[in-house]
Amino acid sequence: MSELNNNIVTSEDKDKAIVTEKRVFKDTSNMKISSGPVGQTASLGSRMFDFINYALITLIAFTTILPFIYIVGASFATEYELTVRPMFLWPQDMSLDAYKYVFSSNKLMQGFGNSVFITVVGTIINLFFTVSFAYPLSKKKVRGRNFLLNMVIISMFFSGGMIPGYLLISNWLGMKGSYWSVLIPGAISAYNMMIVKNFFAGLPQELEESAHIDGCNDLMTLIKIVLPLSLPVLATFGLFYAVGHWNSYFSAMIYLSNARDKWPLQVMLREIIITATMNPGDLAMMDPNFQEPPAQSVKMAVIVVSTVPIMCVYPFLQKYFVKGVMVGALKG
Amino acid sequence: MKKAERVALYGTGKDYWKRLWNDIRGSYWLYLMMIPGIIYFVVFKYLPMWGVVIAFENYSPFAGIFGSQWVGLKWFKFFFSNKMWTRYLSNTLILSFMNLALYFPAPIILALMLNEMRHLRYKKLMQTLLYVPHFISIVIVVSITYVIFGSDGIVYKLTAALTGTEVKYLSDPGIFRWMIIGQTIWKETGWGTIIFLAALTSVDTELYEAAMVDGANRWQRLWHITLPAIRSTIVLMLVLRMGSVLDTGHEHLILMSNALNRSVSQTLDVFVYQQGITSGQYSYTTAIGLLKSLVSIILIVTSNKIAHALGESGLY
Repeated sequence: MSELNNNIVTSEDKDKAIVTEKRVFKDTSNMKISSGPVGQTASLGSRMFDFINYALITLIAFTTILPFIYIVGASFATEYELTVRPMFLWPQDMSLDAYKYVFSSNKLMQGFGNSVFITVVGTIINLFFTVSFAYPLSKKKVRGRNFLLNMVIISMFFSGGMIPGYLLISNWLGMKGSYWSVLIPGAISAYNMMIVKNFFAGLPQELEESAHIDGCNDLMTLIKIVLPLSLPVLATFGLFYAVGHWNSYFSAMIYLSNARDKWPLQVMLREIIITATMNPGDLAMMDPNFQEPPAQSVKMAVIVVSTVPIMCVYPFLQKYFVKGVMVGALKG
Repeated sequence: MKKAERVALYGTGKDYWKRLWNDIRGSYWLYLMMIPGIIYFVVFKYLPMWGVVIAFENYSPFAGIFGSQWVGLKWFKFFFSNKMWTRYLSNTLILSFMNLALYFPAPIILALMLNEMRHLRYKKLMQTLLYVPHFISIVIVVSITYVIFGSDGIVYKLTAALTGTEVKYLSDPGIFRWMIIGQTIWKETGWGTIIFLAALTSVDTELYEAAMVDGANRWQRLWHITLPAIRSTIVLMLVLRMGSVLDTGHEHLILMSNALNRSVSQTLDVFVYQQGITSGQYSYTTAIGLLKSLVSIILIVTSNKIAHALGESGLY
């Protein structure tokens, strides 16, 4: 009982405290003394504004992730649920059949492997090309630096278009049907390289000079001094490139069209769901006792499997990508 | 660099070459390191630019660039004599201007809304959720659309149950453009806020305090302080957008187009892809691509001039 009383008293005290606080603030604002932090003068209109604003943003954010929640939920759904009670956000019976099916499919697992291969090797190539070009360009003493920088900048605004690029890679270089066609043509993003170059140029020169005095050549300086200092930047752009590789389908679709064994997951996804030329039922050879899961939930499961790797790196992505975009925005 | 400066720095004639050689020898690793990058840019960026000459040829892969017959402006005339060209152009422009009218303001509005939030942890959580779709492959976005809006999908069944009519979201030409814009808004609005939020951090908070002392309410502060602060960013984004009015995002459109919505999904980009890469009409489609690039250059120069005339710094 006393506890209850205490509670009542304290809550009254709190109210009083709030009231006095408000009154105090109101007084000062009437006296036109310089204002406190924004928002302590919460008028009714201002509070309405806040309420509507918070509600709207919450609604928008919820709409943004709603499709993902539904897809994950439906990938666990059973045939019965999909046909009898299709309007659900989360299914009542959970079944792992769709995932068993996906993971037993050689084709899909091959696609997953190809995607991983292209992402890993592609990112290594990206970082090698980007760093090895950005580092010399960050040194003012390099002859021809301005010419090369202009060459890079012009390429950001002009291109030969879709067809000459396609002919170059498929006919003139003969890369069609090999992994090189998806690994090499995007080896350097001019935009990313310029940001890395600016970062290198901003590092303290004394460290590199002392390394030179100790007898390091430029290559050893890059490897032993500059790269260890640039790990966060390398991680940022490694992630930039890796996500790009994992998500891309267009170059694989046009250059690897005849090499089905090299298809990444995204191209398979297009065939299974969008053009519907690959039947989910043909994907795996199951033993006859196993009841085939519904095609709809197999599709959902494939979507989930190809999205999960991105979601795993998303926390890092968000942290670094935002920074990367800011750097780009500030440097113009 | 002027000649006199160059002479003063590096000397003339023999001296110049001697110094150049000494500089290169002194830090040869730097020059060796540049080789892969230079080769990359020359081969993958500059060779294709030179490759547009096939727009003036009757290019065949067997004869090659040098052996193919020179036909001058034949392909340009051919394109304009084809009555369909107005359809490709209008499909492109309608989609582009819908994008400009509906998608372009979305990140600005959302950034202003996020900027008004004062609970920083909640704001951060909302941002985390809003950025997610940007990192999802366009193939997955379209796949999700197919699964949800297709004839087995939940939205399809819901609209059928609620309205009694079956709306063919994926094949109805009247709905196609709305689907494209809707997907773009869903995928990129959250991410698009970042550049505006970055611009908003530079607003001087004393301005707000001064405005409050003068009795400005939230709307007035938003309108007279916050919005002018991101004006130049908005103009810059608009100039960039104008340069790509003829680009409709072919990677996205190709996935959403099918035999039933071809009358609205064939933009210039999609036409180039279908006729060029799928059907092998290389010279014809290169000519269309070249026309597109020329128009883009004119547009970006013009809109940059307009930006300057409005007192903004523009793109360059």
